[in-house]
Amino acid sequence: MTNPMTITEKILAAHADRDWVSPGDLIKVQVDLALANDITAPLAIQVFYEIGKEGVFDPEKIVLVADHFVPNKDIPSARQVKLMREFALKQGLRHFLELRDGGIEHVILPEKGMVVPGDLVIGADSHTCTYGALGAFSTGVGSTDLGVIMATGKSWLKVPPTIKLVFEGELMHWVGGKDLILFTIGELGVEGATYKTLEFSGEVIKTLPMDQRLTMANMAVEAGAKNGIIEPDEITEAYIAPRTERKPTILKSDEDASYEKVLHFNVDGLEPQVACPHSPDNVRPISKVDQIPLDQVVIGSCTNGRFTDLEEAAGILKGRSAAKGIQLIVMPGSTLIYKEAIRQGILETLTEAGAIIGPPCCGPCLGGHMGVLAEGERALSTTNRNFIGRMGDPKSEVYLSNPAIAAASAVLGRIGSPEEL
Amino acid sequence: MQYKGRVWIFGDHVDTDAIIPARFLNVTDKKVFSENCFVDLRPDFHGAVDPGDIIVGGRNFGCGSSREHAPLAIKEAGISVVVAKSFARIFYRNAFNIGLPLLESEEAADVFSEKDRVLVDLGSGEIKDEEDTKRVVAKPIPDFMMEIVQSGGLVTYIKEKGDF
Repeated sequence: MTNPMTITEKILAAHADRDWVSPGDLIKVQVDLALANDITAPLAIQVFYEIGKEGVFDPEKIVLVADHFVPNKDIPSARQVKLMREFALKQGLRHFLELRDGGIEHVILPEKGMVVPGDLVIGADSHTCTYGALGAFSTGVGSTDLGVIMATGKSWLKVPPTIKLVFEGELMHWVGGKDLILFTIGELGVEGATYKTLEFSGEVIKTLPMDQRLTMANMAVEAGAKNGIIEPDEITEAYIAPRTERKPTILKSDEDASYEKVLHFNVDGLEPQVACPHSPDNVRPISKVDQIPLDQVVIGSCTNGRFTDLEEAAGILKGRSAAKGIQLIVMPGSTLIYKEAIRQGILETLTEAGAIIGPPCCGPCLGGHMGVLAEGERALSTTNRNFIGRMGDPKSEVYLSNPAIAAASAVLGRIGSPEEL
Repeated sequence: MQYKGRVWIFGDHVDTDAIIPARFLNVTDKKVFSENCFVDLRPDFHGAVDPGDIIVGGRNFGCGSSREHAPLAIKEAGISVVVAKSFARIFYRNAFNIGLPLLESEEAADVFSEKDRVLVDLGSGEIKDEEDTKRVVAKPIPDFMMEIVQSGGLVTYIKEKGDF
């Protein structure tokens, strides 16, 4: 006997070796891919050794990515990466990715075809929820959970209830996945989906390109969600096909699956959205944001550092120049994107406009390095969080937007729209 | 399991960047985390906190990144238990996994004040002041989380049981 299930419940049931699961069930799951970075892996490695296992559960299924403080910003950061590298070598891990072949974890795992629809991915990084865009279940945990997974290949999860979001209507120019997710977080609030699944659906999502789907799933955690997910379709299959030999498991929610709630949003007339300090749910349409003067504009991150993000920014910045006094920092999300952007002249356009091109890392998003703000400074960023002190001094401010708004604002020297150029 | 200490009051949406800013995450030394716990939000915290003290927070405590350094910083600083109206998901897992117990209570933040001396009973969820003039009962800790707490964290739990 099987009950109707959502896509999330189906993936969880399959990995718990059960016919069906329902919200609230505590289940033990088999993990397809485990991920950690240079902040979370060193603690996870300590945990792994404390458990006392000799070898990891499967050297093919653990991915370690150095992306937060690389190129190493100081001696302690260098030690963290060295520790990861030595662990990867000792354990024979297939995937230890440094800048040369890598980039930001949530950009490169989809890019390299390491996640396929139906997978269950757990990562020691909150933005691991990104892979839901591919029709996979993915969620973030801490280092201890990850250390246990490295040792056992297993983890425990509570089956989340699902909130279905149905987007209908037609998107206006300069409005995309980032605006849809910022709008959603503004509607739900930063704890509106805590412990829950956000299932993005509707005609708008069906035609949304993969880069923008990844942006949406990426920020599900900003509403507190355990995972964000989009049913795989032709766009997903076309994205996956050239990247991996692995066969995807295409799952969809049953028509009569039960949802905690179903919310319908009509996007006709939806403007580009901006999250104002100091919370990702403090969201306003661009027309309701004052002409805030800026010191820094950042285009990049696991949220908006993908090729089409850079392409869109370059389209606006071509033949224009960032305003005097603006630090325009562009960080391609991966080495492959970096190279492709060189090949297509995008980085030349951006540098001609006054942009500084950074390496493919997390950079200033979390106030790590390469664009840290001083007291009283203000940034507009395509990243995902604008908490107090997120990008530097606790008296600095961060606004969040899509790449088009960021590029236009760099030219204007204040928050504004491409329509004003 | 009972704890006794002074109350430190925090508001809603205390994020992990506020608990331990990212600039201190380039090491695995827990002392560095505890010394910089709430360094920007409450610079008076480290230095004044005593072993056993209790944090009483508002909604969505621990939201933001997955950094386990956040509950580690709080635990290493000497905090015995965190009581809040609600917790962010990853922080909740992380705290129990490293052996920092959490209690959910809608009332505690409204009933208790900064520096109140309180007694917390983890099993019953009862939180009361020494004079027994204020008393709230938190939601019971789920059985599975309680087993992890009683083991002292997920690592010892796994070592004891060999599995989940």
